[in-house]
Amino acid sequence: MYRYDEFDARFVAERVEQFRYQVERRLSGELTEDEFKPLRLMNGLYLQLHAYMLRIAVPYGTLSARQLRTLAHIARRYDKGYGHFTTRQNIQFNWPKLVDVPDILAELATVEMHALQTSGNCIRNVTADHFAGAAEDEIEDPRIIAEIVRQWSTLHPEFSYLPRKFKIAVSGTEADRAALRFHDVAIQIVRNGDGEVGYRVYAGGGMGRTPYISHVVGDFVARSDILAFLEAVMRVYNQSGRRDNIYKARIKILVSALGPEEMRRQVAHEFDEIRSTGTLQLPQEEIDRIAAYFEPPDFEQQYDVCDIFETARADDPELRAWSEINLARHRASGYAIATISLKPIGGVPGDCSHEQLDGLAALMDDFQLAEIRVSHEQNLVLPHVRKRDLPAIFTRLRALGLATPNAGLITDIIACPGLDYCDLANARAIPIAQRISERFATIARQRDIGELKIKISGCINACGHHHAGHIGILGVDKKGVEYYQLILGGSGAEDASIGEILGPAFGEHEIVDAVEGVVELYLERRQPGERFLDAYRRLGPEPFKERVYAAH
Amino acid sequence: MPLIKNGAFVEDPYAIVTDDAPMPANGAIVSLARFRRDRESLLARNTPLGVKLASSEPPDALGEDVQRLSVVALEFPKFRDGRGFSWARMLRTRLGYEGEIRAVGDYLYDQIAFMHRVGIDAFQVRENFTLAEFRRALDEITDVYQASADGRKTIWQLRAQALPKPGA
Repeated sequence: MYRYDEFDARFVAERVEQFRYQVERRLSGELTEDEFKPLRLMNGLYLQLHAYMLRIAVPYGTLSARQLRTLAHIARRYDKGYGHFTTRQNIQFNWPKLVDVPDILAELATVEMHALQTSGNCIRNVTADHFAGAAEDEIEDPRIIAEIVRQWSTLHPEFSYLPRKFKIAVSGTEADRAALRFHDVAIQIVRNGDGEVGYRVYAGGGMGRTPYISHVVGDFVARSDILAFLEAVMRVYNQSGRRDNIYKARIKILVSALGPEEMRRQVAHEFDEIRSTGTLQLPQEEIDRIAAYFEPPDFEQQYDVCDIFETARADDPELRAWSEINLARHRASGYAIATISLKPIGGVPGDCSHEQLDGLAALMDDFQLAEIRVSHEQNLVLPHVRKRDLPAIFTRLRALGLATPNAGLITDIIACPGLDYCDLANARAIPIAQRISERFATIARQRDIGELKIKISGCINACGHHHAGHIGILGVDKKGVEYYQLILGGSGAEDASIGEILGPAFGEHEIVDAVEGVVELYLERRQPGERFLDAYRRLGPEPFKERVYAAH
Repeated sequence: MPLIKNGAFVEDPYAIVTDDAPMPANGAIVSLARFRRDRESLLARNTPLGVKLASSEPPDALGEDVQRLSVVALEFPKFRDGRGFSWARMLRTRLGYEGEIRAVGDYLYDQIAFMHRVGIDAFQVRENFTLAEFRRALDEITDVYQASADGRKTIWQLRAQALPKPGA
């Protein structure tokens, strides 16, 4: 993984001191809360319902064991013993004190971490495919360009006071595990007809109250031109994005208003000019230097079928179920990609205790696992696991309460913090996730249902990605009472689509039954091998409506 | 209001003139609207002239005339409005403007370093703002990751210099 050099280290250390000074000025009253707000947000510090919340950047979701230990330490010392992994591959702590935050940041800096640009109207922490470097069909590790974008966007002097937040995601495969099409800008690594590697650039996607799927604004951007191209997109947005209404300030609204063709034209115009100055050409030595950090580990020569693993899972039905559900194919023979679910039945999606963080760090050390990933689905991923180690790793995960076999199934739910924490929320999201999880707890039932992504948001800002859920749930407030809309048919994958509201909202005690009704209808009407999403697309909303509203 | 230019307090040689006020004998800064209205007579005066751009007015609107101005003032109506950062950068790199670019309005201490990077070289500051604060704002972060209008070497360039040359 990427390691800081002297320049990165000094930069982050100075940024901590800069923030310490900002906090001092706030505490002394020199800065008003209104003036302090954009400054603290650019360092990931929110003011929530009950306390400050600190969101720590995990660039492209990659962490080392050493970093996990520091996160565990922060959870113990400055928080209530746990952290929460987010849909942008970050981790947030819900209970820090303002006076402690500069010290927390200083501790993070010792393990090459920070909270830079995890909030605020700036270019946010860059996300990437959590299977990067391990996926079979990958053209190039997306973290190389993600790290370049991270550096370029860090304290960018021109683009730190944008109309609104700006999120960038990168993927190196056709399969989309990074929700590319719902990002302000997405970079997909592609190969052209001549076999050259370059970038397809999308712009104008987003969720929130008005969801949009992005459009291609650059069909094939050459490797050395990517920063000039991104700068062009940002320039068009910073100039023309709306600033009169925060709900219409994202780039998706600009792209929609201009139309994709006009957006492409304006970007191309800026790009030609920026490129001609030459100042944003990426030096090949720098690409090579960064790429070297993402060289794959030396995979051992192994048979793909591993006797130790096969014997162990023949003997242990729990290991067998977990391995069938939570493992994905790895590019190297004898290896697997293991998803560590942070969705225990009845638990809080994405939460991880300090004991679990420490336990994972020890496990990584013991099995020479250099890195762990955070997925945007609020799980963790061990990207390069030797199959022969899987039985022992599974036993350790089980002892840590981290062996839930549900990756990609109906209880692998994304949920925002909702009204339990967030001052923007209209309704709670976590308890709904917990109750759905309990309702569908049986593994056999989950496996029968198959791939089904439920995503829950506690307000229209859509942090829980409800528009992109196969089943989305949106919490709304009706005269002080929580209600939940059911939204079907969304997808954040390569077959991206925006879900549709099925009908009137359900009460808190009705929504789980409604979800179950939808699932039962699917089970009755599906064709052999047909996923829920495909069945919904074939059947349309009507039969589902009839089923869930019949009782009303 | 006090003015810091090129790192020192200076007397402000320009008066900001409203659209209907008579022009002063010496330097003046007018709005884009007045500049458009009185362009011929303003350019014929042969005294230093500046234009103040609102945050909604891109510098492209000045066209070739920008080379005949000695100051462009960029208004930051509220610190959240970051369009001026793009306008300064465009003035320097697109339009090749080398005169004074002045920041006026509601901006924060914490934005001064960014402003300096995109090409702003004059800062209208509040009373009792000190040069020590100004220098501190510029010095908080030593190195930069991306190229801008200030011509500073980026961390990428510094790394390339630090690397041993092949064969050396």
